[in-house]
Amino acid sequence: MRITKDQLMALLFLTPSFILILIFVYGFIGWTGWVSLSNWNSLMPDLSFAGLKNYIYLFGDYRFQADLRNTVFFTILFIGLVILVGLTLAILLDQTKKMNALFRNIFLFPMALSFVVTGVVWQWLLNPSTGYNQFLKLFGMEPLWYTDTNILAGFQWGSIEFGLPVAIISVVLAAVWQMTGFSLAMYVAGLTGIPDELREAARIDGASELQIYRKVILPMLTPITMSVIIIMAHISLKIFDLIYAMTGSGANFVTDVPGVYMFETTFRGNYYANGAAIAIIMLLLVAVFIVPYLINSRRGAS
Amino acid sequence: MVIKKVSKYAVLCVVALFFLTPVYVMLITSVKPIDEVSLSEMWTLPSTLDFTSYSEAFSKLAPNFLNSLYLVIPATLISAILGAMNGYVLSKWRFKGSEVIFTMILFGMFIPYQSILIPLIQFLNSIGLYNSIYGLIFTHVVYGLPITTLMFRNFYANIPDSMVEAAQVDGASFLGIFRRVILPLSITGFVVVAIWQFTNIWNEFLFAVTITNNDAQPVMVALQNLSGSQIVQWNVQMAGALLAAMPTLLVYILLGKYFVRGLLAGSVKG
Repeated sequence: MRITKDQLMALLFLTPSFILILIFVYGFIGWTGWVSLSNWNSLMPDLSFAGLKNYIYLFGDYRFQADLRNTVFFTILFIGLVILVGLTLAILLDQTKKMNALFRNIFLFPMALSFVVTGVVWQWLLNPSTGYNQFLKLFGMEPLWYTDTNILAGFQWGSIEFGLPVAIISVVLAAVWQMTGFSLAMYVAGLTGIPDELREAARIDGASELQIYRKVILPMLTPITMSVIIIMAHISLKIFDLIYAMTGSGANFVTDVPGVYMFETTFRGNYYANGAAIAIIMLLLVAVFIVPYLINSRRGAS
Repeated sequence: MVIKKVSKYAVLCVVALFFLTPVYVMLITSVKPIDEVSLSEMWTLPSTLDFTSYSEAFSKLAPNFLNSLYLVIPATLISAILGAMNGYVLSKWRFKGSEVIFTMILFGMFIPYQSILIPLIQFLNSIGLYNSIYGLIFTHVVYGLPITTLMFRNFYANIPDSMVEAAQVDGASFLGIFRRVILPLSITGFVVVAIWQFTNIWNEFLFAVTITNNDAQPVMVALQNLSGSQIVQWNVQMAGALLAAMPTLLVYILLGKYFVRGLLAGSVKG
């Protein structure tokens, strides 16, 4: 096969980036994997082989078990609410038309903020003795928000109480406030992409507005929902800054997540091998979602 | 019908108010005199406007604010240029295996950065860039490659192939086409990618807090340290949070259209 000068130039353009990705993504993941199998749990690097010791330690560790539980509930609540609120608002905007730009801007602006800023603000809004609590007290409710150690619908599973930690709801609330704009923008784009003729045709066939949404529009939005789920899942599985800035680990680790544990155990405690093992587990959790999605969407594109 | 319409607006207004409450609280708290900053008076308006919290927050955050600027400008520019090069090749000069390479690059967008952090710090340490803005610039350029490549590839996919072919017939080379056909059409692409990268790098926290300490820290780390200190001055903290958020908020207000396009382009379509 002969390669033309132009094709050579094209390869030359791409090569630096590709090499960087090979080393800094794949090479470094491999290196982290190796560290996770080593004895490096002090300031002095020690890459002697330890087998699965660090992983076995983690799965028996109360804090890591709490992290996995919290991640499950954070992810489900976060994705569910981002989709529900974003879709509802997008449909309302689709039906009202007037002042859409203003409302859209209001729902979207938190996306421009950092999770650290969000954490700082919501820390105060959900503070147990103030903020939204003052309103809830009018109704006779006094939730403790992120200092609450209660687990809703909890049951003992091994050493860990499984169930929804009340405190997780507070970080979910802040995360939903910040990220709903994303699903809203996606759904608004999707709804504008649906031609009016389609609705007209359904109307002529005698379908009610509700039926049009259920039978015609929502099914057409399914690919968008898939994208939102993937993007939100990878954000929630690796979330660190919001929780670090807002609540930290929480009493009894009720708001701890793997991202926070990894940071503290590696860079504050110098347990590098343990930290690497947490990181690899986080990567595997994300990969379960991402790899099939990437392969699928690439196949569809080419 | 009218009642239904009214109720729809009512729902939108209530949700909009909910979305704006954090801003309301930030604003009124940041301009309160210190003796009115208390948990019980959280929702009430200040009796007088007091901007001392801003001067205090500014004096504490100013060096880190500059660090963030030194970081975000070069990192955004370099990653946009590399992304444009990659996007050009992957959309207009595809070859056998280029889709596989693209997917491999794309995967880098989703990895939790915790999974490369330990080797990254060892690497930066060994080349003397640990705890420096240069180290952070390098890091953001490398890990920005997947998203900038994706965005430019999708952007260039909308430029018809026939334009490239016509230029080829006229005898233009790979570089000639890039310079005379593609780049002049890329302005919107660069704006969208630059806004996306600017926002992400400015707001990023994990790399910032692990790669730098003290003098080299970007503003988000300094803001977090401000709230982590023992004596909590809420008015100073809120003023600091507003100052730290100002650049990305300004970008959003001034260039909102491109900001949204960036959001949509970052969603792995195409």
